[in-house]
Amino acid sequence: MMDMSPVGGKEGQSPPNSKKTSKKPKCMYVISTFTVIGIIFIPVGLASLFSSEKVEEAVFRYDDTCLPSSNADNAVAYIKSATTNKTCTHKWTSRNDKQLWNKASEGDTSNCNPEDKTKGNAPIVPCGLIAWSLFNDTYKFSMNNKDLTVNKKNIAWSSDRGSKFGPDVYPKNFQSGELIGGGKLDESIPLSEQEDLIVWMRTAALPTFRKLYGKIEADLEANSEIDIVIQNNYNTYEFGGKKNLVLSTTTWIGGKNPFLGMAYLVVGGLSLFCAIGFILLYVIKPRPLGDPSYLSWNRNPGILK
Amino acid sequence: MSSDQPLLSEPDLVPPVIHHRHRKSGSRTSFFEVAADSSTTDHHREVVLAKDCSFHSAFCNNNNNSGISSSSLTEAQNPDSEFRLECPTRERGLLRSWGAMELHEISTASAVTTAPSRRIHHKSVQFDEQILHDDNARLIYINDPKKTNDKYEFTGNEIRTSRYTFITFLPKNLFIQFHRVAYLYFLAIAALNQLPPLAVFGRTVSLFPLLFVLCVTAIKDGYEDWRRHRSDNNENNRESLVLQSSDFRSKVWKKIQAGEVVKIFADETIPADMVLLGTSDPSGLAYIQTMNLDGESNLKTRYAKQETTSAVSSEVCDIAGIIRCEQPNRNIYEFTANMEFNGIKFSLSQSNIVLRGCQLKNTDWIIGVVVYAGQETKAMLNSAASPSKRSRLEGYMNRETLWLSIFLFIMCLVVALGMCLWLVRHKNQLDTLPYYRKRYINKGPEYGKKYKYYGIPMEAFFSFLSSVIVFQIMIPISLYITMELVRLGQSYFMIEDMHMYDASSGSRFQCRSLNINEDLGQIRYVFSDKTGTLTENKMEFRRASVHGDNYGSSLLAADDSSAATDVILKRRWKLKSEISVDPKLMSVLHKNPNRDERVVAHEFFLTLAACNTVIPILTDGEFSGCGTSESTGYVECIDYQGESPDEQALVSAASAYGYTLFERTSGHIVIDINGEKLRLDVLGLHEFDSVRKRMSVVIRFPDNAVKVLVKGADTSMFSILANGSESHNSLLHATQSHLTEYSSQGLRTLVVASRSLSDAELEEWQSRYGEASTALTDRASKLRQAAALIECNLNLLGATGIEDKLQEGVPEAIESLRQAGIKVWVLTGDKQETAISIGLSCKLLSADMQQIVINGTSEEECGNLLGDAIAKYGVRSSSRGHQNLNNKTNADHGNIDISNSSKSMSLPKWNPGKEEGTTTPLALIIDGNSLVYILEKELESELFDLATSCKVVLCCRVAPLQKAGIVDLIKSRTDDMTLAIGDGANDVSMIQMADVGVGICGQEGRQAVMASDFAMGQFRFLKRLLLVHGHWNYHRVGYLVLYNFYRNAVFVLMLFWYILCTAFSTTSALTDWSSVFYSVLYTSVPTIFVGILDKDLSHKTLLQYPKLYSTGYRQEAYNMQLFWITMIDTVWQSLVLFYAPLFTYKDSSIDIWSMGSLWTIAVVILVNAHLAMDINRWLLITHYAVWGSIITTYGCMVILDSIPVFPNFWTIYHLAKSPTYWITILLIIVVALLPRFTCKVVWQIFWPSDIQIAREAELMRRRHDRLQSRHQGSS
Repeated sequence: MMDMSPVGGKEGQSPPNSKKTSKKPKCMYVISTFTVIGIIFIPVGLASLFSSEKVEEAVFRYDDTCLPSSNADNAVAYIKSATTNKTCTHKWTSRNDKQLWNKASEGDTSNCNPEDKTKGNAPIVPCGLIAWSLFNDTYKFSMNNKDLTVNKKNIAWSSDRGSKFGPDVYPKNFQSGELIGGGKLDESIPLSEQEDLIVWMRTAALPTFRKLYGKIEADLEANSEIDIVIQNNYNTYEFGGKKNLVLSTTTWIGGKNPFLGMAYLVVGGLSLFCAIGFILLYVIKPRPLGDPSYLSWNRNPGILK
Repeated sequence: MSSDQPLLSEPDLVPPVIHHRHRKSGSRTSFFEVAADSSTTDHHREVVLAKDCSFHSAFCNNNNNSGISSSSLTEAQNPDSEFRLECPTRERGLLRSWGAMELHEISTASAVTTAPSRRIHHKSVQFDEQILHDDNARLIYINDPKKTNDKYEFTGNEIRTSRYTFITFLPKNLFIQFHRVAYLYFLAIAALNQLPPLAVFGRTVSLFPLLFVLCVTAIKDGYEDWRRHRSDNNENNRESLVLQSSDFRSKVWKKIQAGEVVKIFADETIPADMVLLGTSDPSGLAYIQTMNLDGESNLKTRYAKQETTSAVSSEVCDIAGIIRCEQPNRNIYEFTANMEFNGIKFSLSQSNIVLRGCQLKNTDWIIGVVVYAGQETKAMLNSAASPSKRSRLEGYMNRETLWLSIFLFIMCLVVALGMCLWLVRHKNQLDTLPYYRKRYINKGPEYGKKYKYYGIPMEAFFSFLSSVIVFQIMIPISLYITMELVRLGQSYFMIEDMHMYDASSGSRFQCRSLNINEDLGQIRYVFSDKTGTLTENKMEFRRASVHGDNYGSSLLAADDSSAATDVILKRRWKLKSEISVDPKLMSVLHKNPNRDERVVAHEFFLTLAACNTVIPILTDGEFSGCGTSESTGYVECIDYQGESPDEQALVSAASAYGYTLFERTSGHIVIDINGEKLRLDVLGLHEFDSVRKRMSVVIRFPDNAVKVLVKGADTSMFSILANGSESHNSLLHATQSHLTEYSSQGLRTLVVASRSLSDAELEEWQSRYGEASTALTDRASKLRQAAALIECNLNLLGATGIEDKLQEGVPEAIESLRQAGIKVWVLTGDKQETAISIGLSCKLLSADMQQIVINGTSEEECGNLLGDAIAKYGVRSSSRGHQNLNNKTNADHGNIDISNSSKSMSLPKWNPGKEEGTTTPLALIIDGNSLVYILEKELESELFDLATSCKVVLCCRVAPLQKAGIVDLIKSRTDDMTLAIGDGANDVSMIQMADVGVGICGQEGRQAVMASDFAMGQFRFLKRLLLVHGHWNYHRVGYLVLYNFYRNAVFVLMLFWYILCTAFSTTSALTDWSSVFYSVLYTSVPTIFVGILDKDLSHKTLLQYPKLYSTGYRQEAYNMQLFWITMIDTVWQSLVLFYAPLFTYKDSSIDIWSMGSLWTIAVVILVNAHLAMDINRWLLITHYAVWGSIITTYGCMVILDSIPVFPNFWTIYHLAKSPTYWITILLIIVVALLPRFTCKVVWQIFWPSDIQIAREAELMRRRHDRLQSRHQGSS
């Protein structure tokens, strides 16, 4: 029935595609791609999940004055304060990085409006709304009536301390206006050593975020009780924000978050599943590759007369 | 003219396309324009046209019976009918460009002595006179440039093809650049960003893309203009001899002024448009080559008026007079003027003027007076850019861009609404929010005033605008620039393709238009000219019918023929080209005892040698190829230069039989008959025109006998032969049967006749002829009347058959194109029989085809023929209602034609309704006459139905404008792409009308090439151009567009999701620089390389399976469906891109710059990996481009993050240390691409496309070869 002669004539010249060699390459490549993805993803997923599970984390919300006791592992605990529903990163550009970097540019307060100058037209250092809204709650930790020292050194990036915030730039006229946004700064300490400010100035990416407060370098036993004294300075009630105190250990993966591990496992699993599917397909219903008889005009002779 | 001159050396100068309708003056040869003077409004013009049309059709009906007169009318009325027909469907602009054709055809022709033309001529007379007496006329005082130009209204001879000067460059270039809508969009976005409430990006950063694009374009324009300046300078500083204080002194061209008298020597270029005053030839004859003007390489004759020649000599030129001529215009075939000299007033015409850019040949010197100089010369007026074409795909792309704009609008609206809602909800907190302030709160002069707060509606509006800024790259502006670069690259590879290099003529492929590369992959119809396109246009004299005897069936080379050798030995010259002769005819000529036959043969060849406009050029036989017969000593070479290759062939043939045209001046010719030189006085010459379709020459023999020698097309000749005796009739029949035989062999035929003139006849003719040739107006028709006096009662001498050789590879190319599903239509000016025979020889027609011939001579007849054909072959009408009926017809037909029934069993799966519904392959042969009736009347749709259901369409005897009309018929009624290919000036209209115009650099000059989009040396290259390059270009550009849409949309959507999470503030996590660099630097380079270099299949495979081409016109590489699938994929990928890091870094201390950095890197890697996944052919450079882009991105990030004053300082270093970062990127890439990959693979396995299978076959073959070679190597 199939009339291949007028056009199919040339196909005869192409090397006869013997089925034993022809179907391999494409399918093999597909199957191997899926298999490789599966093989890589599942171990990575397991590792991530495992490390994420290893992270001990205690979160308590304190802005509603309810402070439960917490458990801590024997590891270095990172204290993170978390603020949620912070009304976004609205106008995060309200800052001037040049001013923070260099004493000579102290007077450069462009971009900082309205927290740029005092009434007397003296520049505010650090200027801008971000610095102005500096977080200033403080925490005191004690275990078994013994104070836990909180190391507040090296909580900011060393690059920020070293190069970004000038060692000769001192806070000036900060929080001197009518409306106080947040914490004040010691005017005798250069910006490069104001680590809380440096941490704060690394604006968070997401509405719910955590900021490093300090590190407890003493080992904490399991099931030990920690008393925390919180000085609740920072006003989040006005915009309905929430504040949490997070005590957490850390691993290579970061904080406690099973998402990565789970995602890797799911994707790896799916890939292996696909690989198996294609293997079955290859066994059950192979399509010889490069077979000219599959060309549309050979399947439907007469399409092009 | 050397190539460095600006006249035509710049690529953007087009050939002298004469825009007929622009002409200000009337002319005796144009039919529908004469009534409209320069002040007539368009409205008026339309009215006049309409009148003419109706008149014509009425006239046609009256002339049904006379085949000849109506055929001669074909050309005459065609422009009108075309115009009226096409007018509603096309803009005027396009139509104008058709004018060139009309002109070319009609300039020598003119209306016959028929009613309509007379009516119009009457008008034209008035008009002609009027314009010259008008104040409007230009007055030239010969040799008095000051008086001529006392009002300083004429331009000097300085030309400027450059667009800018040093001062005007910047403003003018910017002005021109902003004509592009895309740039305005850029500008608007940049301007928006300068507004304080909207400053999303840094202000300088936002200007960066626009400045970049502007600078690149400006540099390109500047460079081109500099080159133009340079060539202008060269041109302007050339020198010529100008009469200054009664002495010819050298003067640079730019200082030459209108009115000055200039002397030009042989082989020099004419500096301005000049009226000839005198030449070195005493009769005032000059030969010029118009190559630079109209592309025709042959020599043309120009005359100085007898009245002035005497006053001018080589040394002295004491002449004063006034020339009154029309205002400068671009029509190079027309010149209307008169001259007052020594109190005599006489008219000047086109044959008295030499135009700038032409070259003087074969004439020692000429002296002329400049009438138009510099920019006002016809050559300069003609150097306007041709209308640019836009590719089909770009049109579709714009449609999808509109969709993207709608998305953009919706997204911005969502942001604005969200902002609005958020503000309403947080109305009371706004003052105290740490990051949001409504008014100033610090005590001071501004206390209580609003701080960057304009009320909720305004805030929402600003939020809308600033989101437009943030999402601006949703509209892929860079795509236009990318596409231009890609096309440039593609063109480079097309030009460099050595398979399309014509070694014989040394012409490589040319891309004259850079906008429509991808259209080459979607061609459905190819309209081809025959002569010079399918055939070589190298005419060869093959057959002759002399006195009813058929000669030339057995041809021998001249040297082998014993009969011919003795003739040849007597010669002291040689022809440039040798032709073979028939010894039988040779012997008839020299040894035949039958006197009658010998005389006829003698006169036959005499006519061939004398009745033409060929100019013999004698050169010394120094160069090779000529000096073959050294034994005879001094050898001269004769090269025949003529306007028509047929004539050259005939003259060469006559020479081979011993009748050599040796010399031609305006007054006499010298013919060398077997070594004896015969000087014949030429009393008059009626040139060939397409109305009479014949030419005649009146010559006086040395013995004072006067004869008129005529040659012409058979249709026009048989009617003017003498009605004689029985023997005469038998001769007539014999000749006619020979003619049929010749034309069935594909030969071009001419009939040769002659007659002696009596003294009375001669006298009458001479007076009429003299009167006509000096007539001020209406000269052509008067000449025609004079010709009619003597072109009658002729004695038939014989007929000739000239072979027009097929070009190499034409049948194969046509076969491949046909297999590829391209319909090849041949449009030719040849006779029906010739056309059919050529059709057969180039495999266009095959024996099993059912030929439908439409050659009616009236409207009804054509209608009937069409209707019969439609009914007989069951052609499906384009309207759906008839489908059932037609299916039935098909079935009936299938029963009758059992042999072919198997072919019709499956209906076309794709493209339904466009395939033939009949079973036998049909071939439609239609002639120009019928086309007049059909295209003019409502039969157009029937013709379309019939033609599209035929496998082959051959149109014969079509006028140039009809060619365009047929192309337009298809263009206006289908969406299919058309391509027109031709080589001659008569193909220009068709080439410009078709979606893609291809010119063949052939014998007929360069006019077609200049009008074309692509030009090449041979027809067979079309196969490679379409099947290989067209396919590649189409698939590349199609993918490029989709990918660019995707690339920008995925980025914008990612930003959009983020904005939804940040209370609709138009904040971007990405730094300004990343946003700007994204489409400019990070991702643009790979697309360009892929667009230029990616090949889905090798050229071998594409040529092996021509049907793969069908993916192009089925629009498989770019269509709405693909667009939407891509967009869905884009949404998925952007969601993954945004949410994977969001979930990973949920409840973490990540800062906005780290997140932004992660997103930037992720999106760049993602889009590049996406591209990498779709690349079919990896080259080293593609690797560099793709992976290099990712590395560049990292490099830029590192650099940007190393500057302390940026808030993102050191981010990338921190991130790179964190494993989570890398794991997240890997996750994003894999998850985002997994659905696409899986779908692609499943499709490839279950529903493989033709391309896919062919690619697999290719891979298999390569693997096979490799295995084999390895096998051989090991053993």
